[in-house]
Amino acid sequence: MADCDVMLYALSTCIHCKNTKEYLDGCGVKYDCVEVDKLEGDERKNIIEEIKKVNPSCSFPTIIIGDKIIVGFRKEEIKEALNL
Amino acid sequence: MMDKEQLYEMLKRTQEAKGYYFNKDGKKVLELLESLLINRERYGYMACPCRLASNDRERDRDIICPCIYREPDVAEFGSCYCNLYVSREWNEGKIPETYVPERRPVEKMLF
Repeated sequence: MADCDVMLYALSTCIHCKNTKEYLDGCGVKYDCVEVDKLEGDERKNIIEEIKKVNPSCSFPTIIIGDKIIVGFRKEEIKEALNL
Repeated sequence: MMDKEQLYEMLKRTQEAKGYYFNKDGKKVLELLESLLINRERYGYMACPCRLASNDRERDRDIICPCIYREPDVAEFGSCYCNLYVSREWNEGKIPETYVPERRPVEKMLF
């Protein structure tokens, strides 16, 4: 398994984000998760800017695994990035 | 206030008549309908649960469910972006389940 930081930008209402969380949990991967729809004001703006740097369309989920960016619940790509 | 079961019945009747079917995974469908009700509570309109809403109805007009991208997405992939609405063929397993990419143009992403 990859020994790198995993960051998940998600929406609390998004089904693909839920699937991603379930998948990562099932793999026993530890990750940080930000639910952007629950943020307000500057915190929300700052996180959106952060996401746009790696995914200009700011779609969800945006997953950062080490130096890899994965947009959407693309199981095979996630698996590969995690060296599973 | 409409609950998710009532919303299910209402949408099933009206959308199936247009040729759009709920995903055969009923659990996922109810989760998505619950999310639509959360968004209606939050924003005053049922913004797509899989996209970030701006809290401005005019800006989000294209992503109020059913979004304007449903038609081309179901035509091309057999499913909308959220996998809420699918074609009959998709539900019958005649179309492979692929990840539906975001069709909304970047310039529309004004949060």
